[in-house]
Amino acid sequence: MNPANYLILSALLFTIGAVGVLLRRNAIVVFMCVELMLNAANLTLVTFSRINGTLDGQIIAFFVMVVAAAEVVIGLAVILTIFRTRRSASVDDVNLLKY
Amino acid sequence: MSTVPMSRVPTHPAAVPMVTRYAMPHEPHYASATGIFSVMWLLLVLPLAGAAILLLGGRRTNRWGHLLATAAAATSFVVALLLFFALLGRSGDDRAVSQHLFSWIPVNSFQVDAGLLFDQLSALFVLLITGVGTLIHVYSIGYMAHDPARRKFFAYMNLFLASMLLLVLGDNFLVLYAGWELVGLSSYLLIKFWEDRPAAATAANKAFYMNRVGDVGLALAVMFMFATVGSTNFDTVFGAAAAGVIGYGTLTAIALLLLLGACGKSGQFPLQAWLPDAMEGPTPISALIHAATMVTAGVYLIARANPIFTETQAARTVVVIIGAGTILIGCVIGCAYDDIKKVLAYSTVSQIGYMFLAVGLGPAGYALGIMHLLAHGFFKAGLFLGAGSVIHAMNDEQDMRKYGALWRLMPVTWATFGICYLAIIGFPPLSGFFTKDKIIEAAFDKGGTSGYLLGSAALLGAGITAFYMTRLFLMTFHGERRWSDKGPRAVHPHESPRVMTGPMIPLAIGAAVAGGLFVLGGSVQNWLAPVVGESAEEGVHTMSPVVLTALTLLVAAGGFAGAYLRYQLRPVEAVAPPDAEVGLVTVAARHDLYANTFNEAVFMRPGQYATRFLVWLDTVGVDGAVRGSAAAVGGLSGRLRRTQTGFVRSYALSMLGGAVLVVGALYLVKVG
Repeated sequence: MNPANYLILSALLFTIGAVGVLLRRNAIVVFMCVELMLNAANLTLVTFSRINGTLDGQIIAFFVMVVAAAEVVIGLAVILTIFRTRRSASVDDVNLLKY
Repeated sequence: MSTVPMSRVPTHPAAVPMVTRYAMPHEPHYASATGIFSVMWLLLVLPLAGAAILLLGGRRTNRWGHLLATAAAATSFVVALLLFFALLGRSGDDRAVSQHLFSWIPVNSFQVDAGLLFDQLSALFVLLITGVGTLIHVYSIGYMAHDPARRKFFAYMNLFLASMLLLVLGDNFLVLYAGWELVGLSSYLLIKFWEDRPAAATAANKAFYMNRVGDVGLALAVMFMFATVGSTNFDTVFGAAAAGVIGYGTLTAIALLLLLGACGKSGQFPLQAWLPDAMEGPTPISALIHAATMVTAGVYLIARANPIFTETQAARTVVVIIGAGTILIGCVIGCAYDDIKKVLAYSTVSQIGYMFLAVGLGPAGYALGIMHLLAHGFFKAGLFLGAGSVIHAMNDEQDMRKYGALWRLMPVTWATFGICYLAIIGFPPLSGFFTKDKIIEAAFDKGGTSGYLLGSAALLGAGITAFYMTRLFLMTFHGERRWSDKGPRAVHPHESPRVMTGPMIPLAIGAAVAGGLFVLGGSVQNWLAPVVGESAEEGVHTMSPVVLTALTLLVAAGGFAGAYLRYQLRPVEAVAPPDAEVGLVTVAARHDLYANTFNEAVFMRPGQYATRFLVWLDTVGVDGAVRGSAAAVGGLSGRLRRTQTGFVRSYALSMLGGAVLVVGALYLVKVG
């Protein structure tokens, strides 16, 4: 199969993720969209690894997964804490840190 | 006493090789202070300690402070007398004793020692300063008796004595300069002694500023000396001047700069305008500082620097022109004022003009100038103390038109004032007759047209002096009384207490006999000869001295007669006639011959405009740039911070936008 198709799929996933981050208010959904973007990036890495015939991309993809896993832990904890104090999971409600 | 060989300073052979600029060994040309002379420093330190105790002791010394200050002055006078008699006991050319105090500025090749020099010239000045100073201290005990700040007054007086003694005792120009500045400071402090009066505060500032102009001249002269000779010691500088190692141009420049300093301190044209205003100070101060001692410092400076002035004819010409001009300026303005102290102030200006004229005549006149200075110290201090006594009696009224017929009520003041008055107009055989006559004679003897011009100016000055002093005397003590002892402006004139009349008596005696004592037998001239050089006595006389003396007396008698006709035989108006009813000259004289107007228009206003322009440049230009850039940054950041909305999604959008921009840029660079 043409490797370019994987790239197109990756771009689509990334776009969906980015639009989701920008448009959705629910922190959990925004978080999932961030994961989507990360995995789109992983797909690109693996695809290029395949195209170039090297393993670098695949190794970096593993790193990204590890980082993503760590991020999930921290991120969910943050979201949970915010929800407990403010009774809301909307990212627009958390806007105290401003000018 | 001392056996140290010594010769006259200006012609000392060892002075000749001192041309090199660097590190010249200081040879002791003066005998070092041994025996009684080792207490020379006490002269200075006594009044200085008095001032320090009174200023630092504060209110605790209020009760006895004035007594301490007077005692300090008197002790200093006693020391001066002892030193003077010790000096008399030495041989004629061994009468210059110097005392090394400490090394003041030891910087490699620039060595300045703080040293004192007690020679014939400074001895006379020290006697005058401490003697008249002591009398005026005593007088002030009475004059300032009711002043709440009397202690401060006496502290400043002692400070002045110490500064003035430093000025005349310094053995190099830098010590002299220190004294010069310190007397300026004391003068300032004492003029503004009643500082809650705006006029006094302004007068003090004016005196300070105008003195600065002169001081800059003196400072530059000292720098010139150091630049050319490499030293500021009297003996080195004068030795170099006499040996001709300083170029004529430089020498003239130094002399003219010294003259500028002298003019500032002595109230000579064109820096005379501060002295009459300085009369805002208490009257004893006017007597001590602004008549007898400090304002004569300029004459001292020129007489001290005589080896320089002797060598430069050009500078001496300027000195005599300033002297002769100032005689007439002072006389003319003195005729127009009704304020008794202002008249005396302008009289001082004009009498110092005589001294300048004398010292400007060169070796023929240095001693004459000093003699007139000493005699003037007596009679002018006496006049001022008498005026103070009158002002005291008339409830601080200074307008002579409100005086009159006081002689019966104040006999001692009248008598002492009268003697001093006769002395100043040159009534024989009082002191002014001898000293002023000698100066007029010397001016005529200068020869040529210039001699006649200068002599005529001095002669005319003598006539006008007789006029305005007679006017002052008659308006104050004789004629009808123009005051009342009843009603709202009642005054009760009375003789001053003993403590005030006491000091006036010795001054009057001095004014009476000093001139004859100095002139007859040439005592002061011979005494001063080692310092200022032999005067070319018995030279060619332009006019026979007898004729000239008769002429001087005639002119003075004319001035007296004019004043007598106008102010004794005719009643004096109690209010001065308005400007419209008097002549042009009187109007001009009432306005100080427009000296203040001129200074204001030429120096003060442009100066003010310049400062205003600079202030404008500073606020608009410099501050404007700084404030403008600060405001620009502040405004910009005020707008920029609005982008910090707190909404995490807008940050995400800007990150995305940024990433797109970076990718786009990469794409353009790599692909496009």
